[in-house]
Amino acid sequence: MTSSPLAAPSIPPVAVATAGADMFATAVAAQALPVERVDWRPPMDGTVEDIAVVAADPIRKTANDLALSRMLDVQALLVGVAPASEVLGLEPGQFLHAGPPIAWDRASGPLRGALMGAAAFEGLVEDPEDAAALFAAGTEVSLEPCHHRSAVGPMAGVVSPSMWMFVLEDPASGKRTYCSLNEGLGKVLRYGAYGPDVLTRLRWMRDVLGPLLGEAVAATVADHGPIDATAILGQMLQMGDEAHNRNRAGTLMLLRDLAPALVRSSRSAAEVAEAFAFIGGNDHFFLNIAMPACKLMLDAGRDIPGSTMVVAMARNGTDFGIQVSGTGDQWFTGPAQLADGLFLGDYGPDDANPDIGDSAITETAGIGGFAMAAAPAIVRFVGGTVPDALATSRRMREITLGENNRWPIPVLDFAGAASGIDVTAVCRTGILPQINTGMAGKVAGVGQVGAGLVTPPASIFPAALAELAARTRARG
Amino acid sequence: MSAEHVEIRAGAYADSVALLQVSRDVAATPGVTAAQVAMATELNLEVLATMGFTLPPASPNDMVVALRLEDETALAAALAAVDAALAAARKGDPGGGQVTVPARTTASALRRAGGGLALVSVPGASALVEAMDALDAGCDVMIFSDNVPLEQELAMKRIARQRGLLVMGPDCGTAVVGGVGLGFANTVAPGKVGIVAASGTGCQQVLALLDAAGVGVAAALGVGGRDLSAAVGGLSSLTALDRLDADPSVEHILVISKPPAPEVAAALEEYAGGLGTPVRFALLGAGQPDLTAQVEALLGDLGVAAPTWPTWGEPAVGSGEGGALRGLFVGGTLCDEAMLLAAEELGPIRSNIPLSPELALDASLLSPGHMMIDFGDDGLTRGRAHPMIDPTLRLEHLARVAADAETSVVLLDVVLGHGAEDDPAAGLAPAIAAARAARTDRGGPPLPVVVACVGTAADPQGLTRQAEALVAAGAEVHLSNAAATRRAIALATGGTR
Repeated sequence: MTSSPLAAPSIPPVAVATAGADMFATAVAAQALPVERVDWRPPMDGTVEDIAVVAADPIRKTANDLALSRMLDVQALLVGVAPASEVLGLEPGQFLHAGPPIAWDRASGPLRGALMGAAAFEGLVEDPEDAAALFAAGTEVSLEPCHHRSAVGPMAGVVSPSMWMFVLEDPASGKRTYCSLNEGLGKVLRYGAYGPDVLTRLRWMRDVLGPLLGEAVAATVADHGPIDATAILGQMLQMGDEAHNRNRAGTLMLLRDLAPALVRSSRSAAEVAEAFAFIGGNDHFFLNIAMPACKLMLDAGRDIPGSTMVVAMARNGTDFGIQVSGTGDQWFTGPAQLADGLFLGDYGPDDANPDIGDSAITETAGIGGFAMAAAPAIVRFVGGTVPDALATSRRMREITLGENNRWPIPVLDFAGAASGIDVTAVCRTGILPQINTGMAGKVAGVGQVGAGLVTPPASIFPAALAELAARTRARG
Repeated sequence: MSAEHVEIRAGAYADSVALLQVSRDVAATPGVTAAQVAMATELNLEVLATMGFTLPPASPNDMVVALRLEDETALAAALAAVDAALAAARKGDPGGGQVTVPARTTASALRRAGGGLALVSVPGASALVEAMDALDAGCDVMIFSDNVPLEQELAMKRIARQRGLLVMGPDCGTAVVGGVGLGFANTVAPGKVGIVAASGTGCQQVLALLDAAGVGVAAALGVGGRDLSAAVGGLSSLTALDRLDADPSVEHILVISKPPAPEVAAALEEYAGGLGTPVRFALLGAGQPDLTAQVEALLGDLGVAAPTWPTWGEPAVGSGEGGALRGLFVGGTLCDEAMLLAAEELGPIRSNIPLSPELALDASLLSPGHMMIDFGDDGLTRGRAHPMIDPTLRLEHLARVAADAETSVVLLDVVLGHGAEDDPAAGLAPAIAAARAARTDRGGPPLPVVVACVGTAADPQGLTRQAEALVAAGAEVHLSNAAATRRAIALATGGTR
């Protein structure tokens, strides 16, 4: 028998939380006790039984507590920059891509464009246009999700062996994650563009920027220790970045940290100046560090039986997929949605490809769209207002297991970023994770056409819940 | 004839996202075929060039307004739209959105409240997950919801028992915690009696009688009607007993239940024997004392003399011939208690909650002979509110029963307290008057109506006011359901009073 930790029954409770008939809430309020009402609505169609099975699972709470604490305990340090061939063992002909697994025949325009450009970049074909046949045949090339190799890639997320990667490490576990270097905005490979300018920039990144950053990061690590990406992310939220669609402060802080080592590097002043201009001119440069930092956190929360925490949200331009801690490496996929947002130039909704990229790993970790309140400068992406941003961040807390106290949001009175998406809570409330995203043109080669907000397809959460419930039942 | 307008606004600034929206708004203006308002950055100048605009020299700190129009006449309106959109972008949306969001789960509500107790009355199939939110937050929960699957009740009660937390319910109608009434609960003075109740209206009857005897209540913890079943095994009753035993202000404990599983009752009694606080069991069943007798015994334990239980109105007058007793209840335990008492004197009582299965009523709820109906039973509350909130069904049936010549007496209950109708007599008194009049229209004496009015002096509806309104309609009113039932039995067996 357990002794009660609670106040005696002759003492009134501090408050009453009511879910259901409002008359009971009214009756409690009439007795001068604080009442907190739940705005209860029926759960997503067909989920009511699975919700009860998972909620009654005796190991769920412990599993979720563990998943969340492992995730929040991770410290993501930038420890190196090196080619994918070296750190991921990628062989010629092997390509990584964003999102859940997909073959060439179902690949969207921007993913195809990025793969074609990468094939030319790797010298597999002379002209990117010739690469289509190579990928269609599939005999000399192979595709694999970044997520299957401890990596993440924004938009198309294509990684080939010669691309240089940021290397993030959690000192406690020694685990590592990887992400390519950010190319900037507009016509770039990750948005599916593969023109000569794109390939020229990729070669410069391979020949100049990558080695220079590798040298500078190594020197910085040697002189001052690794660069703490987790801490920079915390600073960014204080400085108007949400670390998905706004990385301006993060980029400048990185540049500040690397500047002495860049200046002292073995490269010529002209090349260093080029690198400064490139990084400083690309407000999204830090995104490619934010993403693997988030993945490092979420990977720590993986593979805990009974946990309903989402550990990955990723899109390949065709499918949107999630992975959940309690269901291992299984992907739950549905059709990627079109973002609602604003378009560059003459582009409109008809030009946009469905949602693409691994960058939703930021929302999975509690920033990006979840931390919209921290970045009022970009709330107008969907004609939104600052109050909308505050409400969005608060609404996301309705579907998360906890908050990240390392990432407080000042305008929310320093509440931590809502962290650890709970599949059960999504199915109960129907509130879908809010993702800030860029939009790629749907035709290969076009590049970026806009930016906006998007949600996952609702169906994948009940699908994940059904698998969690099946595993709960199997455990008995 | 289409026209183009390009102007550089030196030094003007708005952020890129605001400008994307300005561009969209301006492009939607009648007469405008394309619009781009942007800072003159390299990227934006490229975009403008691909749109076919020819641009004068500009720096990244200048704003470009580039418009393509159906004809020159559209220019003034287009520029006005640019200015309006820029002004709106600076001010933001004056309409503003909501900055707060409602709690959508019990977990969220408890987080906002800083803990406390959860009260769940969502549909039964969704009750478990809301209750688990409370248990996960280290909080007790009361579940009013009915139709919760038995295995779910068992699952959450097992988890709660492990964590030392209390699940009151499911199908728990009544609780009083620290003087606060939850669900259907009466207003009682604080005192030294602690109650564990697997019966909502049974608990309310006890609260009403103790209040009339001037005895206060420390707490009344509901546990749900199935808690003392063999399947559930009294899991919540055990925790409720622990809680009350540990509470220094509780000196006597009373356990109330509808007929329990004998082995569960025995186990509970054994457990209670090991506690420091004396525990009395008021378990309904054939041959067992009624609730009023149990309360009188408890008063004896407390050294308080049992009062004469309040009644209102003149004793009802019957025809002297007797006939069928028809009981129409909103309280399940009150109906149970009345059936147990009446069956001893009158024989079989048909019911929707029969004492034995062969006495079950069909869906018409009509049959010859003695009959008692619980309008609060799950089977009659699907898709409608509990009869303590919505009396329509019972009022309709009262008219039907009164029209039946075989009916010799009508027995009713009225349950007051938080959660119940604001003024139950307002609907019931006219229905009683009509029922009595229906009989006199045919030349007979008025139909006797006996009412058990369960409430306390401080209840929001006013016990005396309710009782007097019922008396004015011709009813004989008792505080004790057992006393009311005995009067009805007497009238049904031919006693005139």
